[in-house]
Amino acid sequence: MIDPLSVFLLLLAAATPILFAALGELIVERAGVLNLGVEGMMITGALAGFAAAHATGNAFIGFAVAALAGAAISMLFALLTQFLLANQVASGLALTLFGLGLAALFGKPLEGIKAPPMPAGPLKVNWIVWLGLLMVPLVWWFLNRSRAGLILRGVGENHDAAHALGYDVRRVRIAAIAFGGAMAGIGGAFISIATVLQWTEGMTAGAGWIALAIVVFSNWTAPGVLAGAWLFGGVTVLQLRLQAAGVSVPVQLLSMAPYLATIIVLVAISAMQKFSRRAGGGAPGSLGRNFHALR
Amino acid sequence: MIRLVPRSETSMGWQIATPVLAVLATMVMGGLLFAIMGYDPVAAIRTIFWDPLFGPAAGYSRPQLLVKAAPLILIASGLAIGFRAGIWNIGAEGQYIIGGITGAAVALAAYPADGMWIFPAMVLAGALGGWAWGMIPALLRNWFGASEILVSLMLVYVAEKIAAWMAFGPMRNPEGFGMPGSRNLTQYPPAANPELIAGTGAHWGVVAAALAVLATWFLISRHIRGFHIRTAGLAPRAARFAGVKPETLVAFCLGLSGALAGMAGLFEASGPAGQITDSFGSGYGFTAIIVAFLGRLHPLGILLAGLLLALTYIGGELAQLTLQLPAATVQVFQGMLLFFLLGFDLLTRFRVERTVTA
Repeated sequence: MIDPLSVFLLLLAAATPILFAALGELIVERAGVLNLGVEGMMITGALAGFAAAHATGNAFIGFAVAALAGAAISMLFALLTQFLLANQVASGLALTLFGLGLAALFGKPLEGIKAPPMPAGPLKVNWIVWLGLLMVPLVWWFLNRSRAGLILRGVGENHDAAHALGYDVRRVRIAAIAFGGAMAGIGGAFISIATVLQWTEGMTAGAGWIALAIVVFSNWTAPGVLAGAWLFGGVTVLQLRLQAAGVSVPVQLLSMAPYLATIIVLVAISAMQKFSRRAGGGAPGSLGRNFHALR
Repeated sequence: MIRLVPRSETSMGWQIATPVLAVLATMVMGGLLFAIMGYDPVAAIRTIFWDPLFGPAAGYSRPQLLVKAAPLILIASGLAIGFRAGIWNIGAEGQYIIGGITGAAVALAAYPADGMWIFPAMVLAGALGGWAWGMIPALLRNWFGASEILVSLMLVYVAEKIAAWMAFGPMRNPEGFGMPGSRNLTQYPPAANPELIAGTGAHWGVVAAALAVLATWFLISRHIRGFHIRTAGLAPRAARFAGVKPETLVAFCLGLSGALAGMAGLFEASGPAGQITDSFGSGYGFTAIIVAFLGRLHPLGILLAGLLLALTYIGGELAQLTLQLPAATVQVFQGMLLFFLLGFDLLTRFRVERTVTA
């Protein structure tokens, strides 16, 4: 007998890392920056958070450190793209490659150690899961109802116009990148501290890339990100259930499901955006373009 | 105050100087990192960059240079063509894995037959497999506008799962006592990709890499399609007016880079790796991205960059053995290299001027 509530709670947990990372990237992209370094920031958070949680015995300190570490490493990307005007696609990739390497290097001594226990929150659901759910309306409110959100969107839609109005494009974007890094860091730490309960090399296994796809899926909106993260969480839980039930399909093929689902959904949404009237869907106008003020 | 003034043309001098600067900066920062970690920085840098070529064990490690550089150069040559046109194939790792599998499939199907045709057929199958895997993101982008960056990347994870499935399922060696992994192709002469000239490390993949460098040079600088590619990358609108069909270009670039990555995978499966295992993905597909950038998307540059990154692999292994340096050090080095390169790139496009504040 499958209890729908317990399945839903599993789905919530499976969706959480992606939800955090994708909400962060949503803010980054709405500011007009495409940061492909999510995977690198997540793995950094996964390691730093785990190390801090292990050292202090307190999982919450782990998450705080993960957020700081994610934000810190995202500043490398900010330096490259905002000051040195490097290509955003290449810089994001560099951040991912560097982050994966750095985490593997410093994670070696932590292998085989168990994560400290985490006190369960309401409904026996992890506090961080609740925090993730709370972030959805907060991000929505920030983007659509706050003055700072309006400026951020302006910078993302048309950086030249925002600059002409006197807004500091670079400062807004750096703040957005730092926020994205912190959120990705928390998402990564959720995997090491709350899901897998230990540190293993490369443990984010593409979650950062799925988060990037979910931002496209969401049409650059916070509720859309939640829907995308839940869809992903649902596929993950279903796939694990089928594995546990011993379905005759090989395990390796079942474990492809989250990635295939991401591709299918990405294609479907891209097609809708392509064939609908608004070309590019909700993508910010300056997405991926660097800004250089001549005066 | 420091001010950046855009150059009217990218500086050729800095184009060549920045990769060198990036390598030097990586050595310095890497040395610093080693010092923090408690290793002797000078010894570490010497072990990674000098000893593989001129150290006491160079006789063994020098041939390894070509073995490691060949797949990098082969893959990066294809990637660079796409990058020039603004087409981002980030999934070469997946195309490499699938090429290895489809190529090996031919050998495993033919086993134990003998014949001159087997190895060429494997190469062809490897290229076709990689091409097909690269065409998935190409078609999905052309038909539905799906980002080729994300789709090609997702397909890396799918390819890894397929490799694991093959190693544990359909391709498992029937005489392997239940161990995962296919038959060892190096022990099946018609399918093996051996060292061609003893002591050099050169196998057929090295030959293919050399040909790829020549072919991509010809394509980019002498062929009309290369002109289209460069135009599309620099001025997409102008390219459209000149009659360049973006769809054709996407399919061409992703297909070509997929085919080259697939061939690299096959040469690896039939040579250095010897078999398809669940860990057949080697990271060459990702490192090749660094090679392409470090080589300035130019065939000759890619050749040099491929050799340099091969050196970091071999030096890294050596440092693991002699200094007990962790394996991931190489990855950090490679990431750092790309960071510095992207940073210094500023100098090719801008002049740095010091303005006097009044």
